[in-house]
Amino acid sequence: MIEVQGLRKSFGEVVAVDGIDLDVPEATVFGLLGPNGAGKTTTVRILTTLLRPDAGRATVAGLDVVRDAERLRHVIGLAGQTAAIDENLTGYENLEMVGRLYHLPKQVARTRAEEILERFQLTDAADRPARTYSGGMRRRLDLGASLVGRPRVLFLDEPTTGLDPRSRLELWDVIRELVRDGTTIMLTTQYLEEADRLADGIAVVDVGRVIARGTPDELKARVGGEVLALRVSDRSRVPAAAGAVLGLGPGGGKVDNNTGEITIPVGPDGPRLLTEAVRRLDAEGIEIADIALRRPTLDDVFLALTGHGAEEAPSGPPSARRRARRRAGRAA
Amino acid sequence: MSAAVREQTPPREDLTERVRWAIHDGLVLTRRNLLRYVRIPTLLVFSTVQPVMFVLLFRYVFGGAITALPPGARTYVNYLMPGIFVQTAIFGATQTGIGLAEDLASGIIDRFRSLPTARSAVLAGRTTADLFRNLFVVLLMTAVGYLVGFRFQEGAAFAALAIGVAVLVGFAFSWISATIGLAIREVESVQAASFVWIFPLTFASSAFVPIEGMPGWLQAFARNNPVTIWANTMRGFTLGEEFVRAIGENMGGLVLRSAVWIALILVVFVPLSIRIYRRT
Repeated sequence: MIEVQGLRKSFGEVVAVDGIDLDVPEATVFGLLGPNGAGKTTTVRILTTLLRPDAGRATVAGLDVVRDAERLRHVIGLAGQTAAIDENLTGYENLEMVGRLYHLPKQVARTRAEEILERFQLTDAADRPARTYSGGMRRRLDLGASLVGRPRVLFLDEPTTGLDPRSRLELWDVIRELVRDGTTIMLTTQYLEEADRLADGIAVVDVGRVIARGTPDELKARVGGEVLALRVSDRSRVPAAAGAVLGLGPGGGKVDNNTGEITIPVGPDGPRLLTEAVRRLDAEGIEIADIALRRPTLDDVFLALTGHGAEEAPSGPPSARRRARRRAGRAA
Repeated sequence: MSAAVREQTPPREDLTERVRWAIHDGLVLTRRNLLRYVRIPTLLVFSTVQPVMFVLLFRYVFGGAITALPPGARTYVNYLMPGIFVQTAIFGATQTGIGLAEDLASGIIDRFRSLPTARSAVLAGRTTADLFRNLFVVLLMTAVGYLVGFRFQEGAAFAALAIGVAVLVGFAFSWISATIGLAIREVESVQAASFVWIFPLTFASSAFVPIEGMPGWLQAFARNNPVTIWANTMRGFTLGEEFVRAIGENMGGLVLRSAVWIALILVVFVPLSIRIYRRT
């Protein structure tokens, strides 16, 4: 349903998307997972015809995103990072307007607006200006607006950023329902958990490239199950602590000298290794401020895949990278 | 919502259909932009306060000092009002760029651009809505003008023509403002980048005072300034032939030059702003 080959896009000298290939089957959820500035938003903007790629080819629902852009816009929906709604219009007016702009007949636009308000539990607020809505309500209205055209392919750019846990769960339900009905969804996220819960396929992107792809289980297998995270009370003992515990897991680990935090992928052997870590640190006389086993985060995936964390600059001058993020942010 | 009813890929549209949809989309968005004034009436109040203040200040502060008026102008307030109409329309047009910059910042323009909506519609909807707002403001100022002694001398039809000139000037400047708004994108900067040239343009003209009192170099500019041409054209409609003859012009020439300037601005800035919009 979405096919992308060798997609490239630069802003000035900063490369935002650097040769991305994707293939998303119909009626599945595809997750683009990566940190800020990885090129997720730029990719979505190209696929939704908002940006032209510098090179490469992309088709959505069989339509070329550049050549057939006008026809493509009839069959896609987009909900971006900010709630793109008109604050001064009521919820109903927002949805009806989007329906009219999809070139739906007036009556159809009205019916759909009502259906969507119902579905997202906004019927009571339908006739209030959107500026009176809470953050969660705005987000729901925004997502509703992206569904007015009953899109065959729906793009959601960080749909749950800024949502409270309950709204997030509700949104996940809506996404599952849409896919059951045959919609193809591409979503971007910074949260491994979200991609894990929703996506059938995931591509992990970093500095404009796909660095790993597969099902959520395949990716988690690469991290190796759970992660042991511990923090040492006395910063000066961090190197000693690292020396004592880093060899515990099946491989690797990360030491943050600023926070005194040490993280180690531990595979399926978590509980045993946790006990072992406590024993070793105790033997060294190192005091532990905090120790826990947790589910792997995006940072851990990055650590496993690239050897650096999601927020660290792997290469290039930091100023150029910051600029890249700023550009990406502005483009959003 | 089942798979069977999802939208299918539409066929390509021919030119007639595209024009029809462009008008449709433009009207949908005009309505959206006008609803803003219905929902927040104070916005409309604020866009009238400054013009009304200008009428009163110029009428009473400068009115007494400016005595060297061309024959046919009768009183300063009669001379002033057409100039104020043009100035108000041009100042009001800066709202177009500011509104677009706000829409860009809010992300709603991205939504519009991802829809099968005509590429011209966001701009046309904004400039058309601003045209209606400008019309409202000019009508209100006419009412205020009438309270302080202004009168249309040539009857209702010419009064309508005079107001028509002001509104068209505002519409043309809305497209300049749209271009600036889309190019600069930040609300405060758009504001600054507009007034830095709009102030000299409107003041170094016959909008408020006859240009004969200005130094020679400024007169040369003011005489050819389109604001002067528009203001004098409107005065032709509100004051009559005597005034036009007194400033050494003829009505046909003024109307033609007014129309050419408006057309010129539209021909340059409509395509230019749509081009920037497509690339935004």
